[in-house]
Amino acid sequence: MIFGINWYKYASPAAFYPLAGKLTPWFYGLASLLLVAGLYISFAVSPTDFQQGEAYRIIFIHVPAAWMSMFIYLVMAAWAGIGLALNAKLSSMMAQALAPTGALFTVIALATGSLWGKPMWGAWWVWDARLTSELILLFLYIGFIALQAAIDEPRRADRAGALLALVGVVNVPIIYFSVRWWNTLHQGASVSVTTAPKMATIMLTGMLLMALACWMYAVAVVLSRVRIIILERERRADWVKALVEVNQ
Amino acid sequence: MSTGFTSIIYRDLLQLLRRRSDIATTVFFFVMVASLFPLAVSPDPVTLRQLGSGVLWVAALLACMLSLSQLFASDYADGSLEQIVLSPHSLSVLVLGKIVAHWLVSGLPMVLLSPLLALQYGMHSHSLLILVLSLLLGTPALSLIGAIGAALTLGVRGSGLLIAVLVLPLYIPVLIFGTGAVTASQTGMSAEANLSLLAASSLLALILAPLATATALRVAVE
Repeated sequence: MIFGINWYKYASPAAFYPLAGKLTPWFYGLASLLLVAGLYISFAVSPTDFQQGEAYRIIFIHVPAAWMSMFIYLVMAAWAGIGLALNAKLSSMMAQALAPTGALFTVIALATGSLWGKPMWGAWWVWDARLTSELILLFLYIGFIALQAAIDEPRRADRAGALLALVGVVNVPIIYFSVRWWNTLHQGASVSVTTAPKMATIMLTGMLLMALACWMYAVAVVLSRVRIIILERERRADWVKALVEVNQ
Repeated sequence: MSTGFTSIIYRDLLQLLRRRSDIATTVFFFVMVASLFPLAVSPDPVTLRQLGSGVLWVAALLACMLSLSQLFASDYADGSLEQIVLSPHSLSVLVLGKIVAHWLVSGLPMVLLSPLLALQYGMHSHSLLILVLSLLLGTPALSLIGAIGAALTLGVRGSGLLIAVLVLPLYIPVLIFGTGAVTASQTGMSAEANLSLLAASSLLALILAPLATATALRVAVE
């Protein structure tokens, strides 16, 4: 009980649906404001990098997308785990709603990474440890989405998906370190992103603003998606049948 | 506990030995995939020696994954899986028994066959030994992790392909440690670190995978 709100009330889809509807425009608004500010700093204020030229500006979307891809996987697994442990329907719906957004950010991170790699490394794809682990993260997202899509019964889909997400979370650090060691063993073309020169403060500000914009966008999109999932799953409930938007 | 464990191993082995063709298919698949690479890449001994460990590991990975869809399928179809879930024995222990039986007929034959294939790839005796050892330490992890995928996709549309999507990303560390051990021995380094990591992966999977598989089976049978 924080701020005197009964949080358990919002564990019910019927109570959460209107709340999410009220919150969504605010998060879209925040995301737009942060995006405008972040893009302004990224393109107009930040100076050209003396080594990488203009091409470095892709990091303003690449790094936030990579952060979000990893963060969303953890959040998704947490919601899925809560859904499995407490048998809470809404938590599982949240996990289901998070997966496509997480996969989207992973794809953005991979695509922008390869666009940046072409002028910098001279190759679209390098078997660098970070790129490879990001690719494996995409596989994990695809596995989660595919498993949930293949099971028709929603409750079983929730539980099976949750179990897979938890197994994935245990594996993510193992995968990450094994890929790093593999990379040092097979050091071919020596490419190092870790020893990049220190960033100027203004660039860091731009990147953080973009990261916040991505975060708020993710919240807004996930809330919209979870509303649709609620309507779909609870379509036989009386409160859904009584909704204005359903009866139109 | 031990009676349930041993009797389920005995039962599964008996069933598997009565359908010998299933076992043979897995092993032949392993041999065939390994034989395709020299045809596809080049018969040059130097290239093959470099490729050998990777090809054999990937072939073992795929063969193990393909045989997994049979792990619970027949028990699920004839209803005996429900009896196993309902039995007073711990489900994780019974599941572990099934996995052990599966490994004995799919993992172990591949380990025993690997020296022959490694010779075809012209690997030297020391790295050949490391390859066999790495497969011996690593294939139990493949069976254990794969059992989670098999239980999750039980009775699901297109489960054969789905298992691949779920399980292959989780196999990556085992693949890296396994081939890493052989590569290290070929370049004159010690393979010990990678072999230890491989054994650690198998032990971790031994603890966690039966629990996760048992939970997944309960979800599937419910």
